[in-house]
Amino acid sequence: MTLWSLIVLVALTALAYATARTKALRLRDTANAVTLHSLPNYHGYYSATLVFLSGLFGVITLAVFNPVGAWLMPAATVAICAVVGYASLSRIRSSLRARNKFEQISLYVLVACSIVAILTTVGIFASVALESFRFFSEINPFQFLFGINWSPTGEPASFGFIPLLVGTLLITTIAIAVATPLGLFSAIYMAEYASSDLRRILKPLLELLAGIPTVVLGFFAALTVAPLIRSTGESFGLVVASESALAAGLVMGMMIVPLISSLSDDIINAVPQSLRDGSYAMGATKSETITKVVLPAALPGIVSAIMLAVSRAIGETMIVVMAAGLAANLTINPLAAVTTITVQIASLLVGDQEFDSAKTLSAFALGFVLFFITLALNYFALRFVQKYKEQYD
Amino acid sequence: MDQMSPQIITTPKIMSERTIRISAEDVNIYYGEKHAIKNLSVNIPDRAVSAFIGPSGCGKSTFLRAINRMNDTIPSCRITGDVKLDGKSIYDKDVDVVQLRSHVGMVFQKPNPFPKSIFENVAYGPRIHGLAKNKTDLEEMVVSSLKKAGLFEEVKDRLHQSGTGLSGGQQQRLCIARAIAVNPEVILMDEPCSALDPIATARIEELIDELRQNYCIVIVTHSMQQAARVSQLTAFFHLGILVETGDTNEMFTTPKDKRTQDYITGRFG
Amino acid sequence: MTNSFGKDDKTFLAKRYSAERRFKFYGGAALAITTAFLVFLLVDICRKGVPAFIEHHVSIPVLIDPAKVDAKDVAAGDFEGLVKDAIRAQFPEITDRVEKKKLVGLLSQSASNDLRQAVIDNPKLIGQTITSSLLLSDNADLYLKGAEADEKIASLDKLRAQNKIESAFAWRFFTNGDSREPEQAGILGALIGSLLTVAIALSLSLPLGVAAAVYLEQFAPKNRWTDVIEVNINNLAAVPSIIFGLLGLAIFLNVFGLPRSAPLVGGLVLALLVLPTIIIAARAALRAVPPSIKEAALGVGASQQQAVFHHVLPLALPGIMTGAILGLARAFGETAPLLMIGMVAFIADVPHGFTDAATVLPVQVFLWSDLPEIAFQSKTAAAIMVLIVVLFALNAIAIYLRRKFERRW
Repeated sequence: MTLWSLIVLVALTALAYATARTKALRLRDTANAVTLHSLPNYHGYYSATLVFLSGLFGVITLAVFNPVGAWLMPAATVAICAVVGYASLSRIRSSLRARNKFEQISLYVLVACSIVAILTTVGIFASVALESFRFFSEINPFQFLFGINWSPTGEPASFGFIPLLVGTLLITTIAIAVATPLGLFSAIYMAEYASSDLRRILKPLLELLAGIPTVVLGFFAALTVAPLIRSTGESFGLVVASESALAAGLVMGMMIVPLISSLSDDIINAVPQSLRDGSYAMGATKSETITKVVLPAALPGIVSAIMLAVSRAIGETMIVVMAAGLAANLTINPLAAVTTITVQIASLLVGDQEFDSAKTLSAFALGFVLFFITLALNYFALRFVQKYKEQYD
Repeated sequence: MDQMSPQIITTPKIMSERTIRISAEDVNIYYGEKHAIKNLSVNIPDRAVSAFIGPSGCGKSTFLRAINRMNDTIPSCRITGDVKLDGKSIYDKDVDVVQLRSHVGMVFQKPNPFPKSIFENVAYGPRIHGLAKNKTDLEEMVVSSLKKAGLFEEVKDRLHQSGTGLSGGQQQRLCIARAIAVNPEVILMDEPCSALDPIATARIEELIDELRQNYCIVIVTHSMQQAARVSQLTAFFHLGILVETGDTNEMFTTPKDKRTQDYITGRFG
Repeated sequence: MTNSFGKDDKTFLAKRYSAERRFKFYGGAALAITTAFLVFLLVDICRKGVPAFIEHHVSIPVLIDPAKVDAKDVAAGDFEGLVKDAIRAQFPEITDRVEKKKLVGLLSQSASNDLRQAVIDNPKLIGQTITSSLLLSDNADLYLKGAEADEKIASLDKLRAQNKIESAFAWRFFTNGDSREPEQAGILGALIGSLLTVAIALSLSLPLGVAAAVYLEQFAPKNRWTDVIEVNINNLAAVPSIIFGLLGLAIFLNVFGLPRSAPLVGGLVLALLVLPTIIIAARAALRAVPPSIKEAALGVGASQQQAVFHHVLPLALPGIMTGAILGLARAFGETAPLLMIGMVAFIADVPHGFTDAATVLPVQVFLWSDLPEIAFQSKTAAAIMVLIVVLFALNAIAIYLRRKFERRW
């Protein structure tokens, strides 16, 4: 019925537009030829907007609180629209500033749309914070933050966060160690050496890599890379877990290469040509210019690019869900299986869950921690970039 | 505040022959902290070309943009004092800037046609102001505006091609046609020839001279020769102060202020 | 000063040039490694996935026995019995009960269903013996595709030797919903689920995002409040996607009581997820339109909104569309947040509406990748191929749009 109400609403809006416009046109064409303040179209828009917004408000209220039966909803919508429509039509005169009023309303609509982003942040914060609060009323926060044993399903359950943090950082470190040199050198090559033709091929190629869904990379990590590492390791006599941190970290690193390279590319391009010219004029080679002049100038930007990459790696879910394990081992051996914050959130919340158990709530506590780590990294990275950009603007 | 030496107040001859269209009284304009126009008062005659000259950064463009309230688009810009069009203050609360700008047209420094057809460029103004009753009406308006701007003969076969495909001079005349199309009484021109070559410039200057018969034209220019060629009244700005206003031919031969003299003889600016 | 040009230290210079060459090589190598990874990934997926597009049938005579199929109620007929009889008839020599069971196990459950459908469509077949193409089970299919089997399946080898095995393009991969049986499982349900979810996501995030971008770029005063919105959007763009799943779970499911596993909720979550991306792209596109265009419109007496909606926005539209397509691609490939809101259940039916239980293609990939049957590995890779083809197409459109409408003022 909600759908029907919306269809009725759209039809009535169109009707309001047409009627108001016709009335304004007739007003304009009357014998005494009054000049309208606003074009007839705007009289139409104004009435239509009033009808649509009040009708939409009505439909939403009815759908949420449902004081009338479902079948009455379209009828109630018609009633609301009729009242508002009649009122707005009867106000049409030549002096009505329909354009200004319509523009005022549409400005409010634009403002409302940009507030949605704020509401999202508030919603995220509220949802993770409230559930975490419930969690911490059952579990001591110190036990959570400094405990070294994580087994939410164990008897008794223990919620020590440290193994997850170490696992996350281990995989992130591997990923960053792979992605930084690859991404940075790719960016340098593209910005300083590649011809524009080559750039036109390479850039979309990196964008394609960036566009590959992480579930695909996870499948690849679990079914191709992990066995490969395992058999290679075993041929050297090493003990490699079938879900090693190395496999997840390597593939995650490849995922991040496009991020680092495109950010660094922008940053390197923003270094003014005059700095390079100064260096070339002294007889420096290209690589000397890059390493001694361009990179030092671009360093703050590159650091912040890496910070963003770290935040991306910490928050990445699918690759680790599929390629890293559930075993909360406290180790820094890249060949062992570890688990991460995101893996635990996913595994705790997938499937049916009762909402009051500490086990389920712990996922929100993990989400809370994750949200703050990534938020802090992003915030400082963006501040860093902004400061850096101001230098050359 | 030694810069605030009194401006030379004499009544130019042209003012006695024409009615006053625009009058500014004690106008001050600020960009944030910067005081861009200081205590400016001036009268601008109808059916004549008034030129604002002066070195860059002297505030002549700023004042020009105050006449059709284009400065409203700059958030940090404040204005005190009053500007009147036909005796009515344009900064009154009940003035709709949109209507004001349909009476005071503007041509910009760089030709800025909309990336649409030539026809659409000129038709846009009449359309948003509801000036044309029907399609033929609108077509007549477009053609007559293009004719007044001296562009019609060159573009009559390609009215529906893009306006951005024209040469620089043609683009600027298109912008003039676009401004004329909404029947303004005043046309403001902000260095309209600075992006054009000498031949296109001469063509625009001729056009300005023709348009003078029907409009009140205010032109900001860098070039003193241009001011001398096209204007009847000249106002010289320096560091945000209107130094001197006078009939153009007198101003260039017998300037009254030392600074004007220095500028005209090329000692600074 | 003596003239020293041409008398430089040659060995030092050579050293510097080789350093230069090494440096350039590192750059090229980095790009080569990245490209190689991409190629290896795609080739590996294709190698695994291509066999899933082929299915095998056994073509043998089947007697549509009127004793087992009643012409008045064809649907209730014992087609499983018919199929069993038909395959056993091929191997009269097999009498052992276990062996017989194995023999029947070579056929898919779908074989009898296909036959049922054929007879429902054409009841005249009852009483006749027809040569029917019966779908083989996943294990038989794998054996025929050359997978290493623990033991040789003699019966299949015999059928193959008799030319009774047919292979065909596996259309049912595109026309079936999910199934526990690998040879019957298809991606139609997941594709429709993705379509519904992404439709909701885009129809919400595009208007919201463009409106927000227009406001922030063209109308918003520069003050603390707009700074807050700006910082907020930038940060939101980098919030891990799984957190959006937590939001969906806590707010949309638990507070608003919307249905679990529904494309409606998935779409809402993805809309919020791609909103910052679209806002940022739309703002960049709007910023690229030179202010002189807006000034020109204001100069002829257009209001701010007329100037923006008649001139600036249309000119920014190609850029906005590019951003929207990239947002669409992101939404289409996203998995993690949808796990949180229950789109991860086994759903065999194709969803018919926005509130039906559904899954989406990336989640289908995740689900299949976790299953023990080896045949699902190939299905997973095949589903990935479909996913990647769609995403590459979207990316290609975005790149094309960007190149075509790239405009320099």
